[in-house]
Amino acid sequence: MTPFEPILLANVGKPGSHTLAAYEATGGYAGMRKVLAEMTPAQVIELVKASNLRGRGGAGFPTGLKWFFLPKDHPGPIYMCINADESEPGTFNNRILMEDDPHQVLEGIIISCYATRAQTAYIYLRYEYPLSYDRLQAAIDELYAGNLLGKNILGKEFSLDIYLHRGAAAYICGEETGLIESLEGKRAWPRIKPPFPAVEGVFRKPTVVNNIETACCVTQIAARGVDWFKSMGVPADPKNPRDPGSYGPKLYCLSGHVNRPGCYEAPLGLTCRQLIDDFGGGVWKGRKAKAAIPGGISMGLLSESELDTPLDFAGPGKVGCLGLGTAAVVVLDETVSMVDFLHNSCRFFAHESCGQCTPCREGTAWSLTMLNRIRAGKGRLKDLDLLLEIGDTMGIIPGTTICGLSDGAAWPMKNAIRKFRGEFEEYIRRTNPTGYMETAAVEALPVLAHH
Amino acid sequence: MPTVIVDGIEVAIEKGERLNGIQAAERAGIDIPRYCWHPGLSVVASCRMCLVETGTRNPDTGQIAMVPKLVPACQTPATDNTVFVTTSEKVLQSRAMVEEDLLIDHPIDCPICDKAGECYLQDYHFEHGQKQRRADIRPFTSRRREMGSTVTLFVDRCVMCSRCVRFTREISGSAELMVINRGSDEEIDVFPGFPLENKLSGNVVDLCPVGALGDRDFLYKQRVWFMKQHDGVCTGCSTGCSILVEENQDTVYRLKPRENPHVNQWWMCDEGRYGYHHVHSGVRELEVRRRADSGYQNVEWAEALTEIDQKLRKAARLGVLLSPHLTVEEAYLLAKYARSIDTQALVALGPVPVVGEDERFHNGFTIRAEKCPNRRGVEEIVAHFMGRVATHEDLLAEIAAGGLRGVWVSGGYKAPSLDADTAARFDGLEILVVQDMFSSPLWEMATYQLPGAAFAEREGSYVNHADRLQTAQWAIRPPAGVRVEAGIYWRLLGGAGLYKARRVLDEVADTIRYFSVASRPVSPIGVDLKANLLAAATP
Repeated sequence: MTPFEPILLANVGKPGSHTLAAYEATGGYAGMRKVLAEMTPAQVIELVKASNLRGRGGAGFPTGLKWFFLPKDHPGPIYMCINADESEPGTFNNRILMEDDPHQVLEGIIISCYATRAQTAYIYLRYEYPLSYDRLQAAIDELYAGNLLGKNILGKEFSLDIYLHRGAAAYICGEETGLIESLEGKRAWPRIKPPFPAVEGVFRKPTVVNNIETACCVTQIAARGVDWFKSMGVPADPKNPRDPGSYGPKLYCLSGHVNRPGCYEAPLGLTCRQLIDDFGGGVWKGRKAKAAIPGGISMGLLSESELDTPLDFAGPGKVGCLGLGTAAVVVLDETVSMVDFLHNSCRFFAHESCGQCTPCREGTAWSLTMLNRIRAGKGRLKDLDLLLEIGDTMGIIPGTTICGLSDGAAWPMKNAIRKFRGEFEEYIRRTNPTGYMETAAVEALPVLAHH
Repeated sequence: MPTVIVDGIEVAIEKGERLNGIQAAERAGIDIPRYCWHPGLSVVASCRMCLVETGTRNPDTGQIAMVPKLVPACQTPATDNTVFVTTSEKVLQSRAMVEEDLLIDHPIDCPICDKAGECYLQDYHFEHGQKQRRADIRPFTSRRREMGSTVTLFVDRCVMCSRCVRFTREISGSAELMVINRGSDEEIDVFPGFPLENKLSGNVVDLCPVGALGDRDFLYKQRVWFMKQHDGVCTGCSTGCSILVEENQDTVYRLKPRENPHVNQWWMCDEGRYGYHHVHSGVRELEVRRRADSGYQNVEWAEALTEIDQKLRKAARLGVLLSPHLTVEEAYLLAKYARSIDTQALVALGPVPVVGEDERFHNGFTIRAEKCPNRRGVEEIVAHFMGRVATHEDLLAEIAAGGLRGVWVSGGYKAPSLDADTAARFDGLEILVVQDMFSSPLWEMATYQLPGAAFAEREGSYVNHADRLQTAQWAIRPPAGVRVEAGIYWRLLGGAGLYKARRVLDEVADTIRYFSVASRPVSPIGVDLKANLLAAATP
């Protein structure tokens, strides 16, 4: 296939790409200058709406629509939060953008704030990205020095301050209201909705939370236009008037058992197999793929036969995955035990659950104790049914939890057990030949350590 | 009139009333289970026990459109044409799942847990829970950790409803309680060096739906199913919180607040909550005594009252001190009795105990400096008989001027209300009757010592600082040897049959304009006597 000319990753790899000088030398900030000079904030919102840009943070919510939800004629202040928490396992494209092209990010933030009339933007950055922190802060300092940030940007009435705020290593701070609570200095327990952040967000003022990659898409839409953006991707399904389509370029994070893991840019709609073979050099060590995570572990699993699924906002859902998520593909080769995989997944979600709502707090912990027992050779077939029941009942989709972390915890359980049931049953029968058929509750394993 | 439909039952609500699904269902007689929601605290919707199905009814077609996912009833507004379904399969399964989830890591040590019998976990398990345990079995005993001087925490019983944490932030404003750790390792704790020490601390135990937070005063003292509850009024200060007095076989074990939107909402302070121990004090006076040259002699009640009546008539010039701890009915009866003997009898307000200043908390709850329940009510009784509010100083002046020969001092005070010097000024009377719970300098000078009742033994009404009259039921019988003031005054006035407060209140309401609104039955949350001023003002 014809190689795709990167746009979002265009500057990555060039020496000094993170500096203002290098960025402007290749046309950087021209889009922003044009927007500030020629468009009203309302026109910018219309532009982004027309592009059908969907958020790149995992939920795929149409960005223009999100901006549009801000209350009109609000006295302010209105806040923009940029979600740089990037904690979805398998995802690292935000890090590359922040480290190697921070100005593309900042230009998008400035345009977004202009459109939404935000005068303060907080970049919530996960603590584990120190280089991103240094590079972003340096870029922000350059902008202040050049009157591209601060009071009266480029002599216009538009003022903007951008603050870089570091997290402290919690996955739940990537959830938009968990992020807002953490930003406010509180325990990161996501808020109940309504009210939504557009109405009551940071300090209970109207707030928009956008992802780093989304901000970069805004930069490119302002520079190159709606037609360019919509020239790539998967068009909306004409039979579904509510489908916004999957337009524009996407950064795919490829990792796991491939020859060339890395971050690759291609239009939305690339299939998983194309990503692995054409970009990633194929499965490593001459092996075959057994399964692949399609978009960060929360999305679940694609089995080998499902690898031709297109990675757009509608594709993975058609084969029982939660959605596209962050399009972070992690490949598992044929030597991987799905029991190990699920155990690891359950351990992650039990550790990261914020704990405020019962089904997630207890459900993730219960799943982990069952997987612990299964791996210790004391599993029962009944455990698989219980894991599926937990997975089917917890989540914001059935309405039983406050946020989507539990859906993310549920999908790997549901996909792994439903798509690889035989392997789980075989493992349990083999490791617990005398007890696998037990259906009554069994004794818990003794707790040796509690961190 | 806006209508909400709950399980097919139509509930009319007032225009402008802001109710959630739980409150709307309550009106339909349906109890939606919940742990974290409380009407006095912010909504967090975190326990997920109140999940129901909701939808809207089209007012024109009557068609009902349901939302596909479950919603927490506590955070769903009940407005016109809102539909709630609380009994569908989906809802029942969700409740069973939440209940099961909460029991997974719970010690289930009911036999040694104080909350048994009033525990949400127990109740909801029986009503809504799974039939069998499916999670791994792990019997263990809860860890225990002290939160402060009044509250202890059984850490592992906690269901993370966060009511206690929200209370210390939103009500007491002291923010001592917090959540530590994350996920299923979460526990309630206090910051090292900052224990739970605020004067509303006992309320978090009421709030706790399970046996995690324990009241150190009540711990292991009594099983709740042995206790009977009686509506009462706290006599600790002039706020007059509505309370429940819980007793078993004439011993008070616990006081709890009763909901009263006009006075204390759902709360009471620690001073009031733990201020009942004097009722069972070992040094309470239990015997009627008459002063003689050789010292005090025990007398039977009947004999003593006959003698007192005779001697008061002989003394002819009388004064009575009406303690602000007496009920309205008692104060009235004692004054009436004195006036029945001496038409000019001096009726005065007893000493009013004041300690410190009023203390206002974050949400407006106030502990008042006036440490008695009925100064307002007694004042008005005094004013009715005297035309002004005469005080104990007036009475002492009258004694000094030689104008009084017989005085009856009523009590109910927890600590001596008059010091030795002031008590000395009562010297020289023909007859001094002192009626109180505990000995005091004045008690040691009395001609007749009558042991008095404690608040839990009284039936009658109190008027708080805001002119609200509330009627308390009697909870326990007084200890052997003690008779409640009301019964004595009733008998002295020749009243027939048992003393019933309501009969006396009728007379008080008919006789004294200030109390006129109380002629109608008084609701459990009392009645605002100021309404009579409006009535008086309108022509």
